[in-house]
Amino acid sequence: MLPGLCLGRTVRHLRVLGRAWKRWQPRLEGDSSACATLPFTMPKRYLVTSFDPSHGLTDEQIAIQKLAINFARNEMLPNMAIWDEKELFPVDTMRAAAALGFGAVYASEEFGGTGLSRLDASIIFEALSQGCTSTTAYISIHNMCAWMIDKFGNKSQREQWIPQLASMEKFASYCLTEPGAGSDAGSLSTTAKKVGEELILNGSKAFISGGGDTDVYLVMCRTGSEGPKGISCVLVEKGTPGLNFGTKEKKIGWNSQPTRMVIFEDCRVPVINIIGDEGQGFNIAMKGLNGGRINIASCSLGAAQASIEAAADHVKVRKQFGKPLSSFQNSQFRLAEMSTELVASRLLVRNAATALQDDHPDAVTLCSMAKYYATEKCFNIINEALQLHGGYGYLKDYSVQQYLRDSRVHMILEGTNEVMRILIARHILAD
Amino acid sequence: MSLKVLVGCKRVIDYAVKIRVRPDKLGVVTDGIKHSMNPFDEIAIEEAVRLKEKNIVKEVIAVSCGPTQAQETIRTALAMGADRGIHVEVPAKEMEKLEPLHVSKILAKLAEKEQAELVIVGKQAIDDDTNATAQMTAGILNWPQATFASKIEKKDDFLEVIREIDGGLETIKVKLPAVVSADLRLNEPRYATLPNIMKAKKKKIEKMKPADLGVDTTPHFEVIEVTDPPAREAGIKVEDVDTLLLKLKEVGRI
Repeated sequence: MLPGLCLGRTVRHLRVLGRAWKRWQPRLEGDSSACATLPFTMPKRYLVTSFDPSHGLTDEQIAIQKLAINFARNEMLPNMAIWDEKELFPVDTMRAAAALGFGAVYASEEFGGTGLSRLDASIIFEALSQGCTSTTAYISIHNMCAWMIDKFGNKSQREQWIPQLASMEKFASYCLTEPGAGSDAGSLSTTAKKVGEELILNGSKAFISGGGDTDVYLVMCRTGSEGPKGISCVLVEKGTPGLNFGTKEKKIGWNSQPTRMVIFEDCRVPVINIIGDEGQGFNIAMKGLNGGRINIASCSLGAAQASIEAAADHVKVRKQFGKPLSSFQNSQFRLAEMSTELVASRLLVRNAATALQDDHPDAVTLCSMAKYYATEKCFNIINEALQLHGGYGYLKDYSVQQYLRDSRVHMILEGTNEVMRILIARHILAD
Repeated sequence: MSLKVLVGCKRVIDYAVKIRVRPDKLGVVTDGIKHSMNPFDEIAIEEAVRLKEKNIVKEVIAVSCGPTQAQETIRTALAMGADRGIHVEVPAKEMEKLEPLHVSKILAKLAEKEQAELVIVGKQAIDDDTNATAQMTAGILNWPQATFASKIEKKDDFLEVIREIDGGLETIKVKLPAVVSADLRLNEPRYATLPNIMKAKKKKIEKMKPADLGVDTTPHFEVIEVTDPPAREAGIKVEDVDTLLLKLKEVGRI
């Protein structure tokens, strides 16, 4: 063989290898697509989650988080106490947040959503929650509703509603729970009888966040027979005759959002307001809740982060027995335990967010685990933080008590932590 | 309008962070500390973007000198509306010793290279508070300067700038090309929006070194010591004005 020919073949061979190498290069973190099957696997860069919520994030996620933190610090934190005390629904502030893209974070860009991932949403809600946990929780519920319409609605529904919800020109509420159907949501009894081109709704929904003040209600109601398969998701606009509201509930927390019963008395709604297919409502509701659970858990993370930081600052300053509290081993050990549980919770939540984004087969279980673990641990963290404040922790001048009261309900709604355990056990015990 | 504006933005320790002096007393702790864009530079970027929105300026170029992380600062500027960025790479160790004179030479060279007719920077950086870069840049370029600007208006081929001075406000006329430094009340910087943060990823950031611009970053002075300001001492209460005057005379205050 002539040497020149050998060289040519080698060069061509190397070029082919080079192109193949480029194809096989694992993509950077933040790209959730799995690598194709490879003859050898480059280990994906392992990113560390830490007490600092910005660790382990891509540059873009850090920029997003900075925006959310600044917004929370400047626009929400100075007002959180007043909103709680005066029970104000901060419409203007929420619209300002929506103008930045926080109204429909993980709805697609097609009709005006921001098109970000579940992990991005988790980071955002965790950051905003430090400014006001209650308001952020409502914003996350609004986001959940926007996503449900975006994912399951038809083109004309998405065209009509997504722009208005993304900008928060209109506010949304999620209506599943009833006085007689809480954890046993599948047994709900609000009926929607089809008469011509209309549905006539009768029944009532309980504990509806935003109820009475919001404009758009996603109502899970019975269009078919018993059980989950007879439930449809129907969009009802405020002002529809037959749509009424109960008195505003008096709550120990979440006071910056009104909670009311939503009552349907021969409420006539066009049939075209069904989101998705008839009988798909329960499925849509549950799919919405997977994300909702991550969002609520993220709100708990933010409240716990703010509480630990406040407690750490306090113990450095408060002196007793001639020393700052931070020099006592009890304070040190408590803070160590609190921050460890926070990082563990954050790992679970971000893991669940990624699993949901990737449509991982265990997504539901992971979301349930993240929700119950994070909400429980974070509530305890905030409770400990309050204790570390001593008497001052009990005063409304200090924010720890508000984080505590606001985060308590996270263990109850969007599926009680007991129901979360049911879902996880089902997965473990499945054949 | 074909006006190009160059905006300098510096990555500094975030204003909310508690500063700690390094054990070697030659600087402050920066490792692992939260950094952000100098607040006065945010105001500068905001003003440049507003000028673009009013069609007074065609292109906004954000410049930052520093280590790799300076690109975060440039991305923030891009998310606020700057069109493209220039990252002048200065390693972290060198960055500590980078002086306004070096930065001014860099900005001057870039202004010439880019044919910018306006350079806007924050009036001072919140870490070294030198308040010198804008003035030196103007000196090197031999351009007029309008420092401590609290309002900028374009009129024909000059800028009418209201400056904040000790005695109040001063209004001056500055011919273009010019250097302006932004003061606190010039504007309130916008929040970047999420879509703009995503779009910023696609905007170009050009990388270069000071040497590429012919600028020598050898320091001209050496920091001997950095210490905390003295801890605040307790005051004393006096009974009446006469005792007050006596005490003040004792400590040499009057």
